[in-house]
Amino acid sequence: MMSNFRSHLSFLLLGALGLIILPYFITSRFYIDVLTLIFFTAYLGQSWNILGGYAGQFSFGGVMFFGTGAYVSSILLTTFGFPPIFGIFLAILGGAILGLIVGYMSFRSGLRGSYFALITLAFAELLRVLANSVEFTGGGVGLFLTYAPGLSNLQFESPVGFYYFALILMFISIAIVYWLESSRFGAQLVAIRENEDAAEALGIDTLRCKIYAIMIMGAMGGAAGTFYSQKYLYLDPPIAYSIHLSVEMLLVTIVGGMGTIFGPLVGAFVLHTVNEIARHFIDTPGLSLIVYGLILIIIIGYLPNGLIGAFKKKEKKSESSSLDKNQSREEP
Amino acid sequence: MISASLSMLPAAIINGLMYGAIYALVALGLTLIYGVLHIINFAHGAMLMLALYAAFFLFHLFSIDPYFSILIVTPCAGIFGYIIYRYGIGPLAKGKDQNILLITLGLSIIIENSALFFFSGDQQTVNLSYGFEAFDLGFMYLSYPKVISFFAALFMCAVLWAAMSLTDMGRAIRAVAKERQGARLVGINVEHIFAVTFGIGIACLGAAGCMMLPIFYVDPYTGNIFVLVAFTIVVLGGMGSVVGALVGGFIIGITESVGGLLLGESLGQIGISLIFILILIFRPTGLFGSKV
Repeated sequence: MMSNFRSHLSFLLLGALGLIILPYFITSRFYIDVLTLIFFTAYLGQSWNILGGYAGQFSFGGVMFFGTGAYVSSILLTTFGFPPIFGIFLAILGGAILGLIVGYMSFRSGLRGSYFALITLAFAELLRVLANSVEFTGGGVGLFLTYAPGLSNLQFESPVGFYYFALILMFISIAIVYWLESSRFGAQLVAIRENEDAAEALGIDTLRCKIYAIMIMGAMGGAAGTFYSQKYLYLDPPIAYSIHLSVEMLLVTIVGGMGTIFGPLVGAFVLHTVNEIARHFIDTPGLSLIVYGLILIIIIGYLPNGLIGAFKKKEKKSESSSLDKNQSREEP
Repeated sequence: MISASLSMLPAAIINGLMYGAIYALVALGLTLIYGVLHIINFAHGAMLMLALYAAFFLFHLFSIDPYFSILIVTPCAGIFGYIIYRYGIGPLAKGKDQNILLITLGLSIIIENSALFFFSGDQQTVNLSYGFEAFDLGFMYLSYPKVISFFAALFMCAVLWAAMSLTDMGRAIRAVAKERQGARLVGINVEHIFAVTFGIGIACLGAAGCMMLPIFYVDPYTGNIFVLVAFTIVVLGGMGSVVGALVGGFIIGITESVGGLLLGESLGQIGISLIFILILIFRPTGLFGSKV
């Protein structure tokens, strides 16, 4: 995987350069917005990928970091006039701290597999109810941010500004996962995914590794929250803690390929394209999500390594594809 | 304020019990599926929503009373569940826990959005002729539908328990739950039993949907409300425990209504997710952590 990545490095840099200069050739606001959304979803998917794809801990409540980060920077802005360009770092910190709390509580009590997925769902729900009930989040009415373009507000007059904002986030996320693939820590996460008990027996501090992984995920989600609230200028509990975003994070990653550097980006690109095409033909609520659900089931059933995995398999057919250990079902 | 709340406490508890019995029936389906197949059906809420719609359309189009619809919807839901497991979930998941979780997640997305696509997002309710009549208990009024649903739900739980303990099929299901290889060796068709169990679990939802319709509403997102409720009950009672599902259902029903009374409509919902998290962290085997 590593040498593969390095050999493609020049190719990748070219692709990155292409994405950087792309807005000079695309004048349609529509395409810029779709691409922005693809980068944003890929970024969130990448955060899920670190914990889900590399460490094998599936969360169903990944949105909680996004929502918490969004609230941190937005409340700092509306209450204290704290500029979001600094607020985003506190949002990142907030997400990481939430990751620490959730990770410590659930991993310490040995929750694995479906149980971990469900407890993250419950945490997200808990935070949604809390955000709905307390004063300082604006409750059910929500928070309105004022439109004041400028770098210190992380708001931009043209959609191209947000395009670059999302692109930078996505580049950073890819850099993080690239580092992960070459680091000892990344190898430890993969060991945990493949067989947690064996990893523990080898002397890996699995609890610490999993907590670090969820903290990275939380930090990344926090930044995404600031991006969202500065772009859309509105935040309420159902948006901040929506299960749909949690699902989208895991969906793009699984479709693209879990535990791969470019899986989330490929998945986000494919799903958003499918979504736009479906919307072009029949614009009724729900249809694109039906397609998403079908794609998820098909991928799980037939392409467990995602689209990237499917391409890889074609490339080297000789290599055995039964890499995924048939792990037995987890008991609590 | 507090004293006013306290004087309403008995009423809140009784209301909670009424809902609790129906929650128990929903959770019973989930816990049965878990106990035998060791899988978590994430589409449980979405399938409950389908049952509510089935009861709604039977009433709306053919004027069939929801309580009578139990006789129609329950077997249909059972067959639906059997087919969807035997020919969908089972073959696709290849026995991996997380695959099943994700496939049932995909299924819930499909069901929920198909409902949105076909039935629109409007909330639907039924108006029964006896819907507003109520028993006078002295300190509160208890509507007929709530009481009927309460006893119907308890009756269904009893039927299920009897079927599990007394019939051959029940015995086969329990055998598979305890020792699936052994069951296979004595000639039980394990795949068939899995699908039957899944079907029974979904049939519970069919019955529960009919009982809930007169006291609730249905829209494509109704299922979401009950996903966490059902999981909480199952985890609280102990995965796979029938008694646990009943007790858990009552506890959650009461928690919800008392929480709503004391903490207000919005914050009152916190009780369920809080219980869920605490139970998972401190006692993941639940109160009655035994197998079926």
